[in-house]
Amino acid sequence: MAEAAAIRTSSTAPPPGTSRVPKGARMALTAAAIAAAIIIPLFIDSGGNVMNNLVLAAAYVVMALGLNIIVGFAGLLDLGYVAFFAIGAYTMGYFGSGFHANAGGGDGIHFLVTGPAAKLPGIHVNFLIICVLAVLATTVAGMIIGLPTLRLRGDYIAIVTLAFGEIIGRIAINGDEIHGFGTSLTAGRQGITPVDKIDLPGIDRFTSLELRPWFYVALMLVFIVLFVNFRLRDSRLGRAWIALREDEVAASSMGIPMVKTKLMAYGTGAAFGGLSGAFLASYLNTVNADQFQFSFSIFVLAMVILGGLGSIWGVVVGAIVLSVINNYLIPDVFNSLPGDIGLDFDLTELSFGIFGFLLVIMMILRPEGLIPERRRKMELVEDIGVDDAVFESRLP
Amino acid sequence: MTAASLPASSPKAIRAIRAFLSRYGLIIALVALPLYYAITDLTQDGNLTRIGENLVDGLSNGSIWALVAIGYTLVYGIIELINFAHGEVFMIGSFVSVSLFATLGLTSATGAGGLILGLLATLVVAMVACGTLNVLLEKVGYRPLRAAPKLAPLITAVGFSFILQNVGLLWRGGSPQSIDDLIDSQHVLVTIFGVPITNGDVLAVGVTFPLVFLMTTFIARSRLGKAMRATAQEPDAARLMGINVDTTISLTFLIGGMLAGAGGLIYALFQTTIWYFQGFTAGLIAFTAAVMGGIGNIRGAVLGGLIIGFIQQISDNRIGTEWTPAVVFGYLILIMVFRPSGLLGEETREAG
Repeated sequence: MAEAAAIRTSSTAPPPGTSRVPKGARMALTAAAIAAAIIIPLFIDSGGNVMNNLVLAAAYVVMALGLNIIVGFAGLLDLGYVAFFAIGAYTMGYFGSGFHANAGGGDGIHFLVTGPAAKLPGIHVNFLIICVLAVLATTVAGMIIGLPTLRLRGDYIAIVTLAFGEIIGRIAINGDEIHGFGTSLTAGRQGITPVDKIDLPGIDRFTSLELRPWFYVALMLVFIVLFVNFRLRDSRLGRAWIALREDEVAASSMGIPMVKTKLMAYGTGAAFGGLSGAFLASYLNTVNADQFQFSFSIFVLAMVILGGLGSIWGVVVGAIVLSVINNYLIPDVFNSLPGDIGLDFDLTELSFGIFGFLLVIMMILRPEGLIPERRRKMELVEDIGVDDAVFESRLP
Repeated sequence: MTAASLPASSPKAIRAIRAFLSRYGLIIALVALPLYYAITDLTQDGNLTRIGENLVDGLSNGSIWALVAIGYTLVYGIIELINFAHGEVFMIGSFVSVSLFATLGLTSATGAGGLILGLLATLVVAMVACGTLNVLLEKVGYRPLRAAPKLAPLITAVGFSFILQNVGLLWRGGSPQSIDDLIDSQHVLVTIFGVPITNGDVLAVGVTFPLVFLMTTFIARSRLGKAMRATAQEPDAARLMGINVDTTISLTFLIGGMLAGAGGLIYALFQTTIWYFQGFTAGLIAFTAAVMGGIGNIRGAVLGGLIIGFIQQISDNRIGTEWTPAVVFGYLILIMVFRPSGLLGEETREAG
């Protein structure tokens, strides 16, 4: 054990002090990043592939930041995060599409919507209200999923959350067999489509050809979620999460309310997943059961791991990198590569193998992630707390 | 979270109910489903044949899950890691077996003697291949992370699981493949109380139980088995006693992988359909079985495997195949809520 730690220290640890960026420089960097995110898209083709990738990346950033609260801050490994994506997306599908065709006696129910959606059958509610509904629904779902894990630790939590994610996925796929109130529960693999486009007061209706407005909405979501993340991390609750992650027994004996703290982590993390899910449902124009597979949970988890567990900027970078790899590099740039060297398959088929490989490599070579959180880096690289961890893992 | 942690003012009756639930809740949940359908059968058909068929099919399915579950339980017992890639090792076992059928030229037309020899050879090769694969995974992915926080090896395991799935995808394509029904698995050998017992059932039970018996004897009697149990109890003390802990852990992975390989072969013969995704579901079902029996406990894993096989068969047959994963996972959550230590297990650090 000591040997492994020593090797890691000598190979990757920077000299003390160099990894810290001065506060002024950090502020400037943040301001520059925000400015770039706002200004650069103005010069990008609004209907092109690059813009599409930017929108998806922003939506994934929101999702990854949500998972980061559960896994990174509170240390509860959640392998069923896709459940919250599903619940958010179905909220959008229920309240913003023609899915409930018989609602309101066939004429539809409309609330604060304009344009063609105001005349169609089905339930059509304004996007902002759907966002609130999605957040509420996923927060409750997150807490319900959290409840059975309260007694458990570590690996068992991962499996229970995975089981929940799979059950929700199964319900999404088979929900078209379940009928009630004159409609089925989900549209299964057919998918709910079309889904209402975002409709904000004072702005033209969004279309699928002009993607720039979509990007700015997604960017707004990113900013809101980032702000909440930073404020939460430095709050009493955030410190409680980190204490819980470091040592559950010590944290609870210092008076941290375990049940409340854990459920808050699940609830908050889930809410962001739901928000992003509602946005993606509207953007992708479909709520399809095939989207909600276990592999998507791993996709989001890989973003968090790649960037650095618990590190907010790291997770943002991780989400952008993986989103670009998944939606641009693999399908568009490298897809012909196996064919060029004489192999007969599509690289897109292997995308999850590539993410799996990334997980393994990251864990073995750089477990602290691309942009590590300082506290975690101290544990992993500078040997602080490692001896304790070894000692603890040996307790009966 | 049992009665002791409740406020003292809580009425006696509620406390008694809680104690009752935490002791018998899981068993009630397990018995409920078969009992319900047995009663429906009795009232509708007047006999228990259908539930009997479910039971026989379930036990043969369950013996495959038992083989895979032992791998989970052994590894968890020794390094407290859910070897997430174990289901994929099982899938690779099926793939190796089927490829070997082709190499050896085994078809449904092969005579009985050749078939038995060929299948024995396949069994050995599949077991060795999967055992080696499992040991490699441990060497590459889990050993460097033994001192790291506990999430790290679990995440590596998830990564391996995806890599192996994609290996399977490249190997045999993305859709389920049906293979030659070598052993004529649906052929009815005998009928007991109206319940047919097929070739497949005999094979599944006939391979599983000797293997499980061999393994339990090995672990209970041999020096290496003793070393395994010592390492599981207290690695540091075992090291001080001169046990090579690294070798012992590798051995555990080897045994787990070998059983998964055997399971893969039986699955291929029994189901006559294989595909790259079979390992994911099988892995989760087997993990549920391991937890149900009490993780770390081999007899528990076998018992859990048989029970979960029965439940799965009932669900396949009556609720619908597409709902089976949801039913099994529902049971997994019930176990976690009512009795994380399982049917036969002691309280572990994770679950306690």
